[in-house]
Amino acid sequence: MTPSALDYLLWGALPYVVLAVLVGGTVWRYRYDRFGWTTRSSQLYESRLLRIASPTFHFGLLVVIIGHVVGLLIPERWTDAVGITDDAYHVTALSLGALAGVTTLGGIALLIWRRRTTGPVFSATTVNDKVMYLVLVAAILAGLATTLLSAVAGLTGAPEVDYRETVSVWFRSVFVLQPDVAAMSAASGAFKLHALIGLALFALFPFTRLVHAFSAPVGYLFRPYVVYRSRDRRPTAATRPIRRGWS
Amino acid sequence: MARIGKVMAQVAMVMNLDKCIGCHTCSVTCKQAWTNRSGVEYVWFNNVETRPGQGYPRRHEDQERWQGGWKRTAAGRLKPRAGGRLKKLATIFANPKMPAIQDYYEPWTYDYEHLVSAPLGDDIPGARPRSLLSGDPMQIKWSANWDDDLAGGEELGSQDPIVQKIGDKVRFEYEQSFMFYLPRICEHCLNPSCVASCPSGAMYKRAEDGIVLVDQDQCRGWRMCVTGCPYKKVYFNHKTGKAEKCTLCYPRIEVGMPTVCSETCVGRLRYLGVVLYDVERVGKAAAVKDERDLYAAQLDVFLDPGDPDVQAAAARDGIPARWIESARRSPVYQLAKHFAVALPLHPEYRTMPMVWYIPPLSPVVDALSETGHDGEDAGNLFAAIDALRIPVEYLAELFTAGDPAPVKRVLAKLAAMRSYMRRINLGQAPDEAIATAVGMTGADVEAMYRLLAVAKYDERYVVPTAYGVDEADRGVIEEIGCSLDFEGGPGMGGMGGGAPFGEASGRPQAAAVENFHALRDRQTSDGHTGPPRRVNLLNWDGKGRPAGLFPERDQKAGTAPARDPESRNPENKEPQ
Repeated sequence: MTPSALDYLLWGALPYVVLAVLVGGTVWRYRYDRFGWTTRSSQLYESRLLRIASPTFHFGLLVVIIGHVVGLLIPERWTDAVGITDDAYHVTALSLGALAGVTTLGGIALLIWRRRTTGPVFSATTVNDKVMYLVLVAAILAGLATTLLSAVAGLTGAPEVDYRETVSVWFRSVFVLQPDVAAMSAASGAFKLHALIGLALFALFPFTRLVHAFSAPVGYLFRPYVVYRSRDRRPTAATRPIRRGWS
Repeated sequence: MARIGKVMAQVAMVMNLDKCIGCHTCSVTCKQAWTNRSGVEYVWFNNVETRPGQGYPRRHEDQERWQGGWKRTAAGRLKPRAGGRLKKLATIFANPKMPAIQDYYEPWTYDYEHLVSAPLGDDIPGARPRSLLSGDPMQIKWSANWDDDLAGGEELGSQDPIVQKIGDKVRFEYEQSFMFYLPRICEHCLNPSCVASCPSGAMYKRAEDGIVLVDQDQCRGWRMCVTGCPYKKVYFNHKTGKAEKCTLCYPRIEVGMPTVCSETCVGRLRYLGVVLYDVERVGKAAAVKDERDLYAAQLDVFLDPGDPDVQAAAARDGIPARWIESARRSPVYQLAKHFAVALPLHPEYRTMPMVWYIPPLSPVVDALSETGHDGEDAGNLFAAIDALRIPVEYLAELFTAGDPAPVKRVLAKLAAMRSYMRRINLGQAPDEAIATAVGMTGADVEAMYRLLAVAKYDERYVVPTAYGVDEADRGVIEEIGCSLDFEGGPGMGGMGGGAPFGEASGRPQAAAVENFHALRDRQTSDGHTGPPRRVNLLNWDGKGRPAGLFPERDQKAGTAPARDPESRNPENKEPQ
C-alpha cells in the first residue's frame, strides 16, 4: 500500500510540527512563565481521595511510559538476538501494558471524579485543565484499545499488524529525520488514532500543568539537605541579561 | 576557646511574652502587608495563639501526627522526621502528612451583595458567610484564633498537645487557670527542615542574613516543606500552587527597617538584631543526643561579637564591619546569651529556631497576688516559681524540651528584676542581694531592665542595611539605575510580564531593596512617576476614559490610543 498525501502530512510533517511546538513551547514557558510552572496541587482542598487516586495514576503512568520507551525504542531484532520469542514478548507486553493502562485509567477516572465532585477542587479547575484532561484520557483510552485489539487478535489468531514493525519503525525514523511514512501508514487504525492523540497531547504539553513532569526533582537525591543562597541583586531578572531601556 | 569555623550572620528576633496583650495587631498588619491576596486567605505568616490552646493550624505541635522537624537516628545523624530523600520522592504524588485546609480553617467572606439586592420584606437581610474556596454558603466552625483567651475552655484547651503531654494537671476553671499569648512567625531556623524537605531546591537560607525564603520561580508545588516545618509556618498558596512563608519582611530588613509585626507591635515586645554564629557547629549542636541539651547546644553555636577573635573571623568570612558592629549592639544577643532570659521555641524539633521568647512571669505573679501575698517581693516570687509546677512545666515543654531548670532560672531573673526595680522606684536603697540571688549584679539587673522596659525604637531594632546597597558600596548601586527598568519589569511597560495562564502565572512582582526607593517615591509623590498609570477608583467620577483604566482600544477603530508606547520615554516626546 503506497502512502497517500494525507499519510505524508500526518506521519511525515506533523511529527516535526509537534516536536517544534513541544520543544519551543517548553523553552518559551520556562523563560517567560517559570512562576506558573507548578503541579498546582489541590491536596490542600481534599486529601483522602487524592492519596489513593494520585499515586495510582502516576505510578501506573510511569509503567506505561517505560512500556512505551521499550516498545518504541528497542528494535525487534535486538530482542530476537537475545532469544526472546515474539510470542513471549507480546504476551508480556500486552499483559503488563493492559495492567498498567487499566491502573492509570482507574487513577485518572478517580481523579476526575474527585475534581468534579469536590467543590473547591472543581472551582480551581481551568478550561486549560479540562482540555488537557480530555486529550489525556483520550490518549489513555486509545492506547488501551490498541492493547485490547492486539490481545484479541493474538487470541483469535486473526492477522494483526505488529506495531513493532510499523509504529516503532516510524517513531525511530522520525528522530533520524527520515520519517518512514510507509511503515506508519501500514499500521492499524487504532494505532494511528492513538498516535494522533499522542501527538496532540505532546503539542499541548508545554502549555498545561503537565510541564511539572519535566521538573521531576531527581536532583534532590544528590544535594545537601540545607541550601544556602546569596541575595540576588535583581531577583526577577536574574535569569536573563539586563538590558538598558533604550537597547 | 574552640576554633572558630565559618562565621555567618543571622537576623533574629526575641519576643517578651510578659508584654503581649494578645491584640493581634502584628497579625493584622502582617496580613495586610503580605497575605491579603487570593490563594493565601487562610494564611497568617504571623499569628497570636492563646496558650494553653491548640494553636494554628490546630494541634500543629503534635509531631507524632504531622512529622515535622528532624529526627536523630540511632547513628547520631539527623534526618527529616517525615522521611529522607528516597521516601520524599516515593510519596511525592500525594503528601501523606499534609494538613488539610480544615486544619487551618476554611476561609470565608460574607454575601454583602445580598444586603443591597434583597427584595423588600419584613426581615432585615443578613450577610451570610460563603466559602472563599467553593463559593458555597458555609458554617463558620474554626479560624486562626478560635480559642482566643481560652474560649472553649476545657473542651478546646484540653486538646493542646502540651496539655496532653504534661497530663491532666492543667486546669481550665476560671479561678485556677493560667494563660498567656504566644505570637508566632517563621523561626528562620539555623537548621531549617523545610529547606531540607524541598525536593526542588527552591527553598533556601540566605547566606547574608539567614532569612529563609521560597524562590517562587523554582517552587514546583510538591508541598513537602509544609510537612517539613514543625511550626507549620510554610503555607501552600492554593491559587498559584506555590509555597509561601514569612519573609521576615526582607525588603524592610534590607533597608534597616524592622519587620511589620515588630514595627506595629503595641506592647513593643519584639526585638530584632544580628547574631553571629559558627555554621560549622550547627550540625553537631542540632544532633546532640539528649533533647534537653539542645537549648545549651544552640547557645554554644552563637559567637560573642565582642570577642576580637570572632570579629577577625567574621571579617575573614566576608561579613562587613557594620554588621559586626551591629551584632555587638544586638538586643537579641544580649537577651539570649548575655542575660540568658530568652529561650528558643521547641528546641526539640532540632531546627535551631531563631525567634526566641522571654517566658512570661505573669502567670506566677497573678497566682501569687490572688493568694494575697506581695507579688513583687523577691522571696515570695522565688518560692512561687518553685511551687507553681504547672505553668513552669508548660513553659518548659514550649521552650526547653521539658527541662524546667532553665525556665525557672529565667523566671527567677525576671522576678529579681521586678523586685529589685520596685525598691528603686519606691526610693529605697537598691538591694544587691536580690541580684546576687539570681547570679547577677545590680548593674546587670538595671541594664536588663532598661532593655526590657524602656528600650527605644533604635535599641529594640538594631538592623543593619543589606550589603551592597548603601554608600559603602555606592558603585554597585549606580550600576543598577532605575530599579523598575529591568526587562519585563514595571518600568518597561509590563507589570512583571504578562500572565499567559491566568492570574497564577507570569512573573511575580519584584519586592526587594532595589526598588524600595522607587516604590516609596511612587507612593509619596503627587504626580505619576511613570507608566503604567494606576487609577484610584475612589477618586474617579465615572466620566471619560482615564489612561490605564480600560484596555486599549483597537487603534484601527480610529479612537485615540489610551497609551502611546512611544510616550513612555519622556525624551521621545514631541514639544507640546
